[in-house]
Amino acid sequence: MVPDMRAALAARAEGRMGGARGNGTAGSTDKIIVRDLNFYYGTKRALENINVTIPARRVTAFIGPSGCGKSTFLRTLNRMNDIITGSRVEGEIRIDGRDIYDRGTDVVALRRRVGMVFQKSNPFPKSIFENIAYGLRLNGMAGSRSELAGRVEQSLEAAAIWDEVKDRLHESALALSGGQQQRLCIARALAIAPEVLLMDEPASALDPIATQRIEELIYQLKANYTIVIVTHNMQQAARVSDNTAFFWLGRLVEFGPTDRIFTNPAEKLTEDYVTGRFG
Amino acid sequence: MATSSVPHFQEELEQLKARLLEMGGLAEDRVRSAVKALVDRDASLVDAVLAGDQPINQLHIEIDGRCFRMLALHQPMAVDLRAIMSAVKINTDLERVGDLAINIAEAVLRYLGHALVKELIDIPRMSDIAQAMLRDALDAYVRRDMMLAQAVLDQDDTLDALKTEVFRELLTYMLRDAQTIEPALDLILISRHLERIGDHATNIAEDVIFMVSARDVRHHASDLK
Repeated sequence: MVPDMRAALAARAEGRMGGARGNGTAGSTDKIIVRDLNFYYGTKRALENINVTIPARRVTAFIGPSGCGKSTFLRTLNRMNDIITGSRVEGEIRIDGRDIYDRGTDVVALRRRVGMVFQKSNPFPKSIFENIAYGLRLNGMAGSRSELAGRVEQSLEAAAIWDEVKDRLHESALALSGGQQQRLCIARALAIAPEVLLMDEPASALDPIATQRIEELIYQLKANYTIVIVTHNMQQAARVSDNTAFFWLGRLVEFGPTDRIFTNPAEKLTEDYVTGRFG
Repeated sequence: MATSSVPHFQEELEQLKARLLEMGGLAEDRVRSAVKALVDRDASLVDAVLAGDQPINQLHIEIDGRCFRMLALHQPMAVDLRAIMSAVKINTDLERVGDLAINIAEAVLRYLGHALVKELIDIPRMSDIAQAMLRDALDAYVRRDMMLAQAVLDQDDTLDALKTEVFRELLTYMLRDAQTIEPALDLILISRHLERIGDHATNIAEDVIFMVSARDVRHHASDLK
């Protein structure tokens, strides 16, 4: 990329990011506060000095070209990167005020609070019912047989797939369409009552109709969950999110209310990206 | 395309329509009050018209902002795209109607300072027709009703003819008595403003036809090709 852009960006990064919080968060509390975050794959720094505040019960979208660090950043939010050997984190990420990289953090409990949905739907090779029930049992949330059935139904309802599967709960989840599988995975994530839902390109493998259903679902879910979504599709970010963060070369270039990012971004780099001049 | 037909876009579109209707209602009210001030020779109504521009101006800005945001965030396609394009233009037309109501009110204020020139017959009729055209054009927008839009277009000739009639008639008064020139000119201006309001209603009706059918009927567009 253009070297002088990079230099200019580095020079300004510090001061501006302090101003990034608070925008578009009226009526919402801060859920995730990230301060001075650096992330390394071995010696390569994949995220540089990220500072951002993600509001509760809003949809926050991460956009940027491939390799910009947006997925890496998403995975730092529930420590999914821990399993990558040679990776290292500096700085802090506070969720509800507690630093998730503290020594004492129970990572399993963290991932229960911060659920994740991936690009490729990955249902277990089990029945639709079992896909949901599995996590509930594992987390001691199954209760009685009827309680379990009730929770499974609630989760499938919340993910807007209940009507399509209620008569075939004991059929294999793998028989569902791609879009249904993805909503099943969302239902599975919702079953264990997370507070935050991380979505990594949740609709990029889906056709337009299935994509629309996922987008509408995201729009509904924000009433109860803090949602962070990574998307390659700028239009999708524009449609579903309240706030948008633009990443470039491992840096957070700009964060703000989605309507401002897409109508009047503060940074030239953001403008160039959202207008398709690069990326 | 899975773009603009998501339900929450449709909700925003409904809100946009409601705001346009509200603005249309305000503009129409002010035209009615301005002409009532003239007919009833009641200057106190004029003040209300002159003071009432603020809500229309606020809506003008708000509606433009909504359209701008909806275009940027939803990238609407086909009829949804045309609906937003039309809303932007209708918004401008309605704001102009609000301004014309002020122009009428100002002329009325001047006119009331003179002796009565004549009984008013055609100007109240013009006002009724212009208001009805405005109302129908907006109804047509909200209901996506091409027939109603076409009916608005058909009304415009009546309004134009009345304006010509008003001019001719007042010309004879002015030729006969120079004292009537000033007030008669104001009446001519008022009829001109009412005719312009009809033109704005016509623009709105043309936008409705474009929105519904993607057919451009402005300037007899089919003859231009």
